[in-house]
Order: sequence, then structure tokens, then C-alpha cells
Amino acid sequence: MLLTFIIEIFFLLGSIGFIWGLRLMSSPDTARKGNIYAGVGMTLAIIAALIMPLEGNVPNNYAWIFAALVVGTIIGYYSAIKVAMTSMPQMVSVFNGLGGACAVVLGLADVLHYYDGTKVVDTLGFLTVLLTLFIGGVAFTGSIFAYAKLEDLVDDKKVTLPKHSVINMIMLVGLIGLGAYILMQGEAIGMEAAIIFLVISLIYGVSFVAPIGGADMPVVISLLNSLSGLSGAAAGILFDSQFMVVGGILVGASGTILTVMMCNAMNRSIWNVLIGGFGGTSAVGATATGGAVKEISLNDASIQLYYSQSVIIVPGYGLAVAQAQKVCKEIDDQLSANGVDVKYAIHPVAGRMPGHMNVLLAEADVPYPKLLDLDEANSALSSADVAIIVGANDVVNPAAENDPGSPIYGMPVLKVWNAKSVIVLKRSMRSGYAGIENPLFFHDRTKMLFGDAKEVLSKLNSEIKSL
Amino acid sequence: MENFYGFFLDNLLIIYLLAFTVLLGFEIIAKVPTVLHTPLMSGSNAISGVVVIGAILLVRLTDPTDYLTLSLGFAGIILGMINAAGGFVVTDRMLEMFKKKKK
Repeated sequence: MLLTFIIEIFFLLGSIGFIWGLRLMSSPDTARKGNIYAGVGMTLAIIAALIMPLEGNVPNNYAWIFAALVVGTIIGYYSAIKVAMTSMPQMVSVFNGLGGACAVVLGLADVLHYYDGTKVVDTLGFLTVLLTLFIGGVAFTGSIFAYAKLEDLVDDKKVTLPKHSVINMIMLVGLIGLGAYILMQGEAIGMEAAIIFLVISLIYGVSFVAPIGGADMPVVISLLNSLSGLSGAAAGILFDSQFMVVGGILVGASGTILTVMMCNAMNRSIWNVLIGGFGGTSAVGATATGGAVKEISLNDASIQLYYSQSVIIVPGYGLAVAQAQKVCKEIDDQLSANGVDVKYAIHPVAGRMPGHMNVLLAEADVPYPKLLDLDEANSALSSADVAIIVGANDVVNPAAENDPGSPIYGMPVLKVWNAKSVIVLKRSMRSGYAGIENPLFFHDRTKMLFGDAKEVLSKLNSEIKSL
Repeated sequence: MENFYGFFLDNLLIIYLLAFTVLLGFEIIAKVPTVLHTPLMSGSNAISGVVVIGAILLVRLTDPTDYLTLSLGFAGIILGMINAAGGFVVTDRMLEMFKKKKK
């Protein structure tokens, strides 16, 4: 009795640790403490799960459990220590996928025991089993495939089939039908049907991520995060564990909110992102050939930056690819030393996951008050002398404001063209992920600096040094 | 329909728990600023490692001669633990960078 009481207190404290931890995450000053609270909550719960009294003569198998706990902790710890900050989206995707895989394993064990008669499950219970398999399966293969995309192991265009959204829809309807059939038949049919259900779920995970890529990645990663949480909550119902339900639902809620925020930042519905990518090629090129592109020399650029009052740096995925965050900060230091007010304008979907740019700049020691969000940035931009764009494209496209024919019309963007002058660092004149022409490059106030972001920034840095 | 009413009434407490947790989750997380979105995501990702609890219970309940289930549970604990341990450590690494900037 006392033991059960202590165990339940552990689980309760664990849940409170999660909630309080997430609450502390709302400020950079307390966030680290919050993460530790959540970690302590998890540790308490694991201890409780190890010693909680279970009904009947329990075999325990502690040797297996401790071996697995040690192996998992070591692998998790070392991969977390080793990973580069630029690869954070990949790391989060993989961890996410593993959580989903764990839920699948739990669902699968229940399937086995249901059909060999060692566990009695009612229809609602079995519905939960199927949900665990489906959500966990999609989170698993979807995340692993998203990882492959982020690592450039697969080519977005090659894995998109013709009529892909129709294929996905058919699979989804098939899964619902098969699931309903399995539930109605109960034990009358073998477990093969449930295995087929799992296999289709796993394929669906890959298939639903396949056509989505590039700038839409933040949406997909948030969604997969939400799914892995929900699969944990579903597994929690299977094990009658309020603690798992609370943890899983919190993650589900956080993933859902981030998904909605990312969609709003692109002015698109979640449905639109999942079904169609950017609306084909129809309106592309309508605003092209707006004028000539003007280049600027490194020397001119460095003088212009050095002698301005305020400079706003707009980072994008190109900064992450080139790993240019540290050079960026060096330039910032030199300019700041000369009294220039340097700020960073961060679009919510810049990069490949929510907050990607913020983490990179934090790694380079940029203090977070210098990072402006969309609204702050847009009011600061109108009084800025120079806006320098490093590897961003669609998030600074004026067509979103003034060209109703553009596929991204209506998306909130950083209005960099309001600054007195604009310098765009870009590898080449190729259009961004969305394949949309960017009239900004032809704008009166815009000058281009071509080359790899890191290379150009290093050269710019030494030019400024020599002034 | 009778079944449904019955289910609802039998599970009233868990339904309350679900409803309040969803609302609480939305309420807490909507306040997180853009700067912290990546750590929030990897931190909450670590929390989704709660599945490891299920895997531990599964192995504890499994007959020691049932190697199939034991292997499943063993794999489940490893997967869930990588998710949980890795997630918290990587989040801590990120947040450490945010913290030292406070002058």
C-alpha cells in the first residue's frame, strides 16, 4: 500500500515536472531549468515504472530492462553530444522517429497477445491498439524519411509520384476500411490483417512526407512531432498509464501549435501543405524580367555597412547550409564596435525547422535580444540603412505583398525593401525552393553579392577589417 | 448508442484528464517565443519518450521464455530511451547557448 502510494506520487510529480518544465520554456532565462525539470520528471517516472507492484507473479526480467536502458541512454547521450547545431532538424527528426517506433513496438506486442489469447481486449481497446500502430507507424517512417530528405539523401522531385495526393488519399481510406473490418471481425480473422494494417501505415508515413520538402519542412517536422506525442498518449491508454497520457498529449499539443504557427507564417492551410506543395508552376514568371540585376563589389559593400547607422541581417537556410553563422557574428562584432546598430530579422519559417535560425545564431554567441521576430523586424526595417540578406529568398519576396498572381501572395514576409538599401548574398540567380521569381533582386534599392555565403561573408569580414 | 453512454460514464475521469491536458498544453505552449521554438520542439520530443514507460512495463510482465515479446520490449526500451535521453541532452546543449548570452 505504501509502495503503491509512493509510486503514484512519483508519477504525479513526473507529470508536474513536464508541465512546469514546459512552462519555464517560455523564457530564455528559465528555459534550461525547465528542460531539467522535465528530465527529472521522466527519471522519476522510469524509476516508478521499474518498481511499481504489478498484479500476479511478475517475472520482471530486470536484466533485459537494465541492459536496454543502458544501451539506449548511451546511444542517445552520445548522438546528442556529437551533433552539430546546423544538423538539429535531422537530429530531432530521428529522435522523433524512434519514439514513434517504440509506440509501434508496444502496439505490436498487444496485437500478438490479443490473437494468441493471452490478453483480452475489447473493441475500444483494440481501436486504441490500431491507433497506436497507425500514429506511431506514420511518425516512425515519416520522421526517418524526413531525416533522409534533410540530409539530401533523397531528391524531393524523384520521390513524388504523379497524382501523389490521390494515392495518399486511397491509402488513408484503405486504412480506415481495413481498421473497421479488423474491429468488426475481432478474433475471427487472424493477426495477418493487423500486420497488413501496420505495413500500410508504415508505407503511408513515407508516402505522406514524400512530396513535401524544402521550405515546407518546418510544418512537416512540427506535425510529426505532434504525432509521436499522440502515439505515446495512445500507448498510455493501452497501459492504463495517466502519466503517459499526460506526457503524450502535451507533446501532441505543442506539435499542433507549432504546426499551426508555421502554416500561418506561410499563409497556407495545413491541408494545402499536405496535399499540394506550392500551386504548381502556373503563375511563376509573371513578374520576371522586371529590370537589370545590379552587383556590388565587396569593397563598396563593406564601406556601406561600416558607415551606416543600422544594419539588419536576414538569415535563411543558405546560412545554415554554408555554416556561416560564426562569420556572420564576426562581422556583427566589427560593425557594432564602430557604433552600427546590428539586428537580425528572423522569419518564422526561415530554415528547416521552427526556430532553426535562432539556434544557429545562439551557437555563434549572438545575444537573443538582437533577434527580431516578424513584426519587430518589419517596423525596424523601415528605418534601417542596410538590410543584408544571407541565403533567404521566399521570405523576403515582395510578390507576396503586391502580386496577386504569385503562388505566395498573402504570405507575411520581411519587408526588406523598406530599408534604404538592400544587399542580397546569393549563390546564383536560381529561384528558391518554391521555384518562384523574386522581384526583390531587380528592385531599385537592391544590389547583389554572388557566391557561397560563408566565403563571401569571410571576404566581407576582412574587407571591413582593413577599413 | 447505449454502449457509447456507458463508455463515457465509465471513463469520465480519463476524459476530464484528456480535456484539461489538451487545454493546458495549448495554453502553456502558445506563450513560448519564436526564439525558443527549436528547443521547445526537441524538449517536447524528449517528453514523447514517455513510451519507454510502456516498454518497461511490457518487459516486466513478459514470460521469460517468450523471446519474441522480450525482444520487442527490449527494442522498445532502447528506442524510447534514445528518444528521451538524447532529447533532453540535446535540448540542454541548445539552451546552454541561449543562457550564457545573458550579460
